[in-house]
Amino acid sequence: MDLRYSESDEAFRKELREWLADVLPTLPAEPHVDDWPARRTYDTDWQRRLFDAGYAGISWPVEYGGRGATLVEQLIYLEETTRAGAPYVGANFVGTLHAGPTIMTEATPEQKAEHLPRILRGDEVWCQGFSEPNAGSDLASLSCRAVRDGDEYVITGQKTWTSFAQIADWCEMLIRTEPDAPKHKGITWVMFPMDTPGIEIRPIHTIAGTTEFSEVFFDEARVPVANRVGLENDGWRVAMVTFGFERGTGFVSDLVETDKMISDLVRLARLVTRRGATAWDDIALRREVGHLQAEMDALWAMTKRNLSQAARTGVPGPAGSVMKVMYSELFQRITDLAMRVLERGSLTFDDVGDWPSGIFVHERVRSTSFSIAAGTSQIQRNIIAERILGLPRE
Amino acid sequence: MDFELSDEQVALTDGVQSFLEGRFPIATVRSLADDGGARRDLWRELGDLGLFSLRLSGAEGGAELGWADAVLAFEQLGRALVPGPLVWTHLLAGIVPGAATGETIVSGIDRDDPSGIVEFPHVIDVLVVADDAGLWSVDAAALDVADLSPLDPLTPVGRLAGPLPQGDQLVDAEAARVLRTQGAALTAGLLLGLAEASTDLAVAYAKDRHQFGRPIGSFQSLKHLMADMFARAEVARGAVYAAGVTLDDPAVGSVERAVAAAKLTSAEAALANGKTCIQVHGGMGYTSEIDAHLFLKRAYALEPAFGTRDDWADAMAELLDASV
Repeated sequence: MDLRYSESDEAFRKELREWLADVLPTLPAEPHVDDWPARRTYDTDWQRRLFDAGYAGISWPVEYGGRGATLVEQLIYLEETTRAGAPYVGANFVGTLHAGPTIMTEATPEQKAEHLPRILRGDEVWCQGFSEPNAGSDLASLSCRAVRDGDEYVITGQKTWTSFAQIADWCEMLIRTEPDAPKHKGITWVMFPMDTPGIEIRPIHTIAGTTEFSEVFFDEARVPVANRVGLENDGWRVAMVTFGFERGTGFVSDLVETDKMISDLVRLARLVTRRGATAWDDIALRREVGHLQAEMDALWAMTKRNLSQAARTGVPGPAGSVMKVMYSELFQRITDLAMRVLERGSLTFDDVGDWPSGIFVHERVRSTSFSIAAGTSQIQRNIIAERILGLPRE
Repeated sequence: MDFELSDEQVALTDGVQSFLEGRFPIATVRSLADDGGARRDLWRELGDLGLFSLRLSGAEGGAELGWADAVLAFEQLGRALVPGPLVWTHLLAGIVPGAATGETIVSGIDRDDPSGIVEFPHVIDVLVVADDAGLWSVDAAALDVADLSPLDPLTPVGRLAGPLPQGDQLVDAEAARVLRTQGAALTAGLLLGLAEASTDLAVAYAKDRHQFGRPIGSFQSLKHLMADMFARAEVARGAVYAAGVTLDDPAVGSVERAVAAAKLTSAEAALANGKTCIQVHGGMGYTSEIDAHLFLKRAYALEPAFGTRDDWADAMAELLDASV
């Protein structure tokens, strides 16, 4: 076991740090969360800068224009960009981390040539049409129907939890092409152009006061059969292939944010003074913060273990589910503790006086989604119990 | 960076594991309750295997291995529920004569510990006393200790009936502080082993035990308990291994911070998993016939050793205070 970074890793880190120090001050102000066109411009502009500097597609193979970085370099990339406060992958998320890798693995040479360079340069924004109102945790039961009509699929149904639907060019979609087959066997993966007639986008208003997600309704929307990736009715396997693409680095940015959050909580606790003492003077609070930091450091160590395992075996360890359960609950406990520090200061999403308190209140509410999105903590526990511990299905 | 076990470390782990399966099966471990928690012949075998001397130089009869290796070996000792003052004896190998080979059995106590409780009073040769000035060696045979009824049947305890003698100084305060941190890392290895083995025990029972016509492990309410056991152990494993690596190579991070994370998360995992293991066993878990209680009781016995969870959480907060 060795936790030392190699000389070339350290050189990679140094070069990246220098680039970030140069480029970040030149970025425009971050747009308002509900200003979708401005967000697209901001996020794709960042992607283009990454591309020009040779950092776009850090995990993509060189043959598709990516950096082909080692897993340790990917860890360093995510750690440094997050720590420096670089823009989040944002509107480029589905393209660079999900649809793109799926296309790389499963699509025809023509499909690859059309989309991959554009995704990498930030010229093409993708969204995801997987979840449906009646297909959440049980995704394979999805029912958005596609009927074959000549060389087109005619799609009718509804998708939900689609981020960036308002401004995406393309949607990676799972559609039901064979309703009578077993549920995993009648699904097809298609690339759907978002300017197709017959769709309607309705924003979802979240409890955090944002419109991060949308519902997308399809009313006989037509997409060429040529937009299919993989075989008809083989879409479930096509979609699952991508989940192996991320090899242990999936929560690196989240952990760096979590680590920052603990430090920010310490700073906040020093500012909040009641009855002549700061919240940070309270030994009970300090002890609890120390406890949270210990768990945070343990998760960081676990990340390095997962990554080393993936580097050796080429496949992600089963620990992704463990990471998701533990990280999301840790983050929620940190923001919970912030609410206790703030007492009545937690009654508003705005900063109170000179306390930088609004972010904690917002993150407390937003983080309730962490244990729900991308597989609830309960589903993750089923995965751990059945796939790792070998317990029988219910 | 490669945080996977090296081939040598895999071989070490396998070697210790197969030795323990042969020499410390659970029936033997349980029988040690009648022998004061350690038998001299078995202790010598632990010494012969090199468990106490493995970090010492070749000239001292050691294998010249590191803390990461020691932590892996202690994880296996924890898994097998091997009792005895393993950590103290390992720490004092090369300092107290005979500790490295297993001839001398060494335990320890803080001079100002208000409980006055000595662990393994009938089998130890030397009691190491820790105070602000360092570590002191006291002849255990000269102590007046009254037996107490132990929480962990495999951690016999007694209470000092008189004052502790001053003893002969072994090391100074700074060396004692370093040894305390190292002792916490080794204890974390034991606790990690407990957390893993209690998970295995619960999972095996849940696959085997049937109610309502199916294995109880198929019920989600129980599955989730065991998923949490596994998750806690995995998180602790990262921290515990990182503590070992950091002790060997302090350039990769703060030793104190790494050990704080290791001791805290491993104690948390061992205690919570010990409780859950009993719960998964239902009524059987409340019987002494099932091993589940031994894991929980050992976790309680080890939690205060070389700094409680609260002590290490406070240390972590101090480190944060200095760095934020």
